[in-house]
Amino acid sequence: MSGHSTYEPKTGFTRWLDSRLPIVRLGWDSFVDFPTPRNLNYWWTFGGILAVFLMIQIITGIILAMHYVPHEAMAFESVERIRRDVNFGWMIQSMHANGAAFFFVAVYLHMFRGLYYGSYKAPREILWILGVVIYLLMMATAFMGYVLPWGQMSYWGAMVITNLIGALPFVGDAIREWLWGGFSVGQTTLNRFFSLHYLLPFIIAGVVGLHIWALHVPGNGNPLGIEVKDTKKDALPFHPYYTVKDGFAIIVYLMIFAIFVFFMPNVLGHADNFIEANPLSTPAHIVPEWYFLPFYAILRAITFDIGPIDAKLGGVLAMFGAIAILFVLPWLDTSKVRSMRFRPLTRWFFIFFVLAALGLGWCGAKNPDDYVLGMEGFKFLYLAQFLTLYYFAYFIVILPVLGIVEKPKERPASIEAAVLGNA
Amino acid sequence: MKMFRIIAAGLAALGLSATASALEGDAHAPHAHHWHHAGPFGTFDRHAVQRGLQVYQEVCASCHSLNLLSFRNLGERGGPLEDERWPNANDNLIVMQIAESYGERVWDRDEINDDGDPVSRLGIPADRFPAPFENEQIARGSNGGALPPDLSLIVKARSHGADYIYALLTGYEDAPHDAHLAPGQHYNAYFPGGAIAMAPPLSDGLLEYADGTEATLEQMAEDVTVFLAWASDPHMEARKQMGWMVLIYLFIFAILTYLAYRQVWANVKH
Repeated sequence: MSGHSTYEPKTGFTRWLDSRLPIVRLGWDSFVDFPTPRNLNYWWTFGGILAVFLMIQIITGIILAMHYVPHEAMAFESVERIRRDVNFGWMIQSMHANGAAFFFVAVYLHMFRGLYYGSYKAPREILWILGVVIYLLMMATAFMGYVLPWGQMSYWGAMVITNLIGALPFVGDAIREWLWGGFSVGQTTLNRFFSLHYLLPFIIAGVVGLHIWALHVPGNGNPLGIEVKDTKKDALPFHPYYTVKDGFAIIVYLMIFAIFVFFMPNVLGHADNFIEANPLSTPAHIVPEWYFLPFYAILRAITFDIGPIDAKLGGVLAMFGAIAILFVLPWLDTSKVRSMRFRPLTRWFFIFFVLAALGLGWCGAKNPDDYVLGMEGFKFLYLAQFLTLYYFAYFIVILPVLGIVEKPKERPASIEAAVLGNA
Repeated sequence: MKMFRIIAAGLAALGLSATASALEGDAHAPHAHHWHHAGPFGTFDRHAVQRGLQVYQEVCASCHSLNLLSFRNLGERGGPLEDERWPNANDNLIVMQIAESYGERVWDRDEINDDGDPVSRLGIPADRFPAPFENEQIARGSNGGALPPDLSLIVKARSHGADYIYALLTGYEDAPHDAHLAPGQHYNAYFPGGAIAMAPPLSDGLLEYADGTEATLEQMAEDVTVFLAWASDPHMEARKQMGWMVLIYLFIFAILTYLAYRQVWANVKH
């Protein structure tokens, strides 16, 4: 809520500074006095958690880059050197690798939060779109980061994903060679991925700045989905109310993170990535990191030609389409009601959507020709195809239609009224 | 508890990754073995690691390299020859003896003397375990075309880790009638495909343990697996110790923050 600034510089220096560079005022208005709806639940703490994890990734990453060698003959050993010989390298490397996974857990919960409470609706469309941009940048960063240790999964994962570009008609091969910097994944690819992996987090940090800026114009949404009408009654200053609440959530999340970092540092990885990359030996199963599995399942679900589009290109388009559709989501959902609390029917379709996303992740980890739970004839491929259909139907059919058809429940008059129980 | 639901959701998402590692070949799944180093309090059994080092040196090392390990690692914190008399592992007399036991040899082809020749000298703790073969081609040539993998990370580089290594070493059996084994191959149900080029490496009484333990097949398999588990994760004990300190710290911090949260919000309806 961009309103009147309540910052009052108290000392001579801050008055002098405030009339030249009002940076303290900016911080005060953004993170101290910022009016925040009083009814936010714990699903709203993941924004703060994500900010913490971006910092963890950047700091550990900068330290790792001091010791890492982006060379196809030395990269694998240099990562082992970090784990074995660099002081606390085992911890920093583990924090960085597991930090990526926890970053994605938090971003997925943050996104589902947005989907459930309608955080993408007017006037927060730009805020949502910037979030999708951050998510895309995160995926690119994580993908390139996974290549750097130069293990078998690093190499072959890079091979599979970059080969997808080759499915584009006419220009695919040329773009792929341009990305590789050669005729295969190799030294040039590794070196440029390292460079870009170092660059992108800072671009993410920049877009996060825009994301927060866009957040601070309309202010936070909230579980009721009704706007703050009276800042005094409906909202609380961000500090101390939400600094302490977010702080508690961050610490609890860090505890779960610590369990992985210190007690099972490799459980989220793949054993094959402890074998150095070997272009002459393909692993039995090439699986991406878990956070890409739903999209991997969508990619492999398209096994049929659609008109002039062959199956491979169709899969690539579906995979990218699954993310691209999020950009237009604010205009696909026709309902004026933000929160699913007041949308009894859509709520169920949302729950199925979450299950579909998890199910796609399950399919992505499995061999498409295996049977689901041993059920003869019911291949994972069919499950993935069904769930892919639902994934797209949720955005293209269910949300547009239900917004018109569904009769929402009555909403409280104001946040304060709802909180005090006399709605 | 809302917090509980959130944590549960997070764990469910992480659980997805478990399915990722559930992709297995058609080989037998190894049995879960009890390891002294397993679990959040697990430490390496120093004696087992020492015996495993002996098994590696006397048996495995004739074909398998251990490229990522230096002799000094043995004497470092958490290593099998860690000794408070020598806080710097490079001063550790036992480690020095082991390094010297390999005799005079060229340790590093890039170490050149003033005449331009590679230096031949006794090993020092900073040197790495020497590899049995000069390069991959020679290794394959000496092993019927198969490449004995480097063992530095072998426990981490196989799913089921230590359980798999132990199962493989003890899992040789007569080939079933329908198995197709090429000359020089052996049958091991735990190896993907069943046909493995490595001959059964261990047998009862193959060596005499320095500490007098009876060298049965199972004993040697277990010891060398523990040694390799240490080799692939030499900082495991420090990692777990630090983990407990971090968790206790965060736990107290969480309680204090929660109490602060309750106090700050005490008079606010929300």
